[in-house]
Amino acid sequence: MAAEGADLNRTVLYDLHVDAGAKMVPFAGYEMPVQFPMGVMKEHLHTRAEAGLFDVSHMGQVILRGPDVAAALETLVPSSVVGLKEGRQRYTMLTNDAGGILDDFMVANRGDHLFAVVNAACKADDIAHLRGRLPGAIIVEEITNRALIALQGPKAAAALAILLPDVAAMRFMDVAVLDWMDSEIWVSRSGYTGEDGFEISVPNAKARAFNEALMAMEPVAPVGLGARDSLRLEAGLCLYGNDIDTMTSPVEAGLDWAIQKVRRAGGERAGGFPGAERILRELEEGPARLRVGLRPEGRAPMRAGTPLFGAEDDAEPAGQVTSGAFGPSVEAPVSMGYVPSAFTAPGTRLWGELRGKRHAVTVSELPFRPASYRK
Amino acid sequence: MKFTEEHEWLRVEGDHVVVGITEHAAEQLGDVVFVELPELETKVAKGDEIVVIESVKAASDILAPVEGEIVEINDALVDNPALVNEDPLGEAWFFKMKIDDAGVLDGFMDEDEYKDFIG
Repeated sequence: MAAEGADLNRTVLYDLHVDAGAKMVPFAGYEMPVQFPMGVMKEHLHTRAEAGLFDVSHMGQVILRGPDVAAALETLVPSSVVGLKEGRQRYTMLTNDAGGILDDFMVANRGDHLFAVVNAACKADDIAHLRGRLPGAIIVEEITNRALIALQGPKAAAALAILLPDVAAMRFMDVAVLDWMDSEIWVSRSGYTGEDGFEISVPNAKARAFNEALMAMEPVAPVGLGARDSLRLEAGLCLYGNDIDTMTSPVEAGLDWAIQKVRRAGGERAGGFPGAERILRELEEGPARLRVGLRPEGRAPMRAGTPLFGAEDDAEPAGQVTSGAFGPSVEAPVSMGYVPSAFTAPGTRLWGELRGKRHAVTVSELPFRPASYRK
Repeated sequence: MKFTEEHEWLRVEGDHVVVGITEHAAEQLGDVVFVELPELETKVAKGDEIVVIESVKAASDILAPVEGEIVEINDALVDNPALVNEDPLGEAWFFKMKIDDAGVLDGFMDEDEYKDFIG
């Protein structure tokens, strides 16, 4: 850990977090708040009951513009971008030639350009990949002068509407450019917690004031990366690097819903993205392994790396946990992992090995907790 | 009360030692969600990993602070792991050990020394 603290970036909200008593940790090259004085468990529950405020400025904000930019991006992702209406956003991923996932991200159609929000740890590689693989006429611009925050939870909409009244009319996955104190605020009604909420891009110069205005509201509390992880896990959402990576295909990851019909075999714009051969084949034939939800029967969390066995005395593991923790809203441990297709039916009993002992774990539907998006 | 460098507290009750973790340790762990206790009558050597604590952040162990035999465990922690955060020095004791010689505790830190130790 000798390098800890060295060469770490700080978001524009760093001082605000420290002032709020955050515990800061290195994450994806940034010093980020892992928790505030409330603690991970209460921050999680607060987000589910009220509104949690997250700094996600470490994530990459990227604008893509140029002739037929949507069609151009479709050469790198398996989703329909051409079919994405203006003012709408969708979840997609960059795939590699082997059909694995380079990153998962949100892309929005903002009229004359696309706006993407990509993972912090992947952003440099993503931008290089986009610049290297898209036609020269497509301009890939990284936005570095804006903070990105997320306001999530059942009281997020009412709180944000005090600053930005127009958000009240937005539906899940709508995007809008709004005005606050003579600055452009880029808003999407989305997030990564399974709650209704918003991701909000604010010019750096206004970021602290905007955050403070939200934090002053009674239902809003700052939330760190710890609770962000347990919230997304309960919502059955993938963490890049854990649940999906360059070896996992979108179909194995259960992300086939992000591959619209038009890009599948027989569709008008079928294939034509990296790894299409494997991905389209897996869509037809089913993948050899699949990401599933897992509910340990005891109270012990089964974390990433826990080997999964088909029988209590099997010598060789059949699969592995890729994310796992205690789910504060589920009030029990929850995990996700990959298992062979024979073991994917909900109710299937498997065995996870913890500290040399096998513990029963049941394959479960995802998400562990139903989402409450505003459709 | 005595304190170990592994952030355990030790309290002598007759020929038994009661073992728990310090407030500092509980705070560092964060919300505790799972506790696994040793079995009664287990004979342990100093340094044996005898308790598993899992918090929202990670798993960690409690090591046997001295040689002895587990004579009582606090089952309340298994049902309500959050006790570790609520009352680490009181209700959230983990186990009681029988030891042969209370003198083995002399080498551990007292409260002032522990406070200096955690800075």
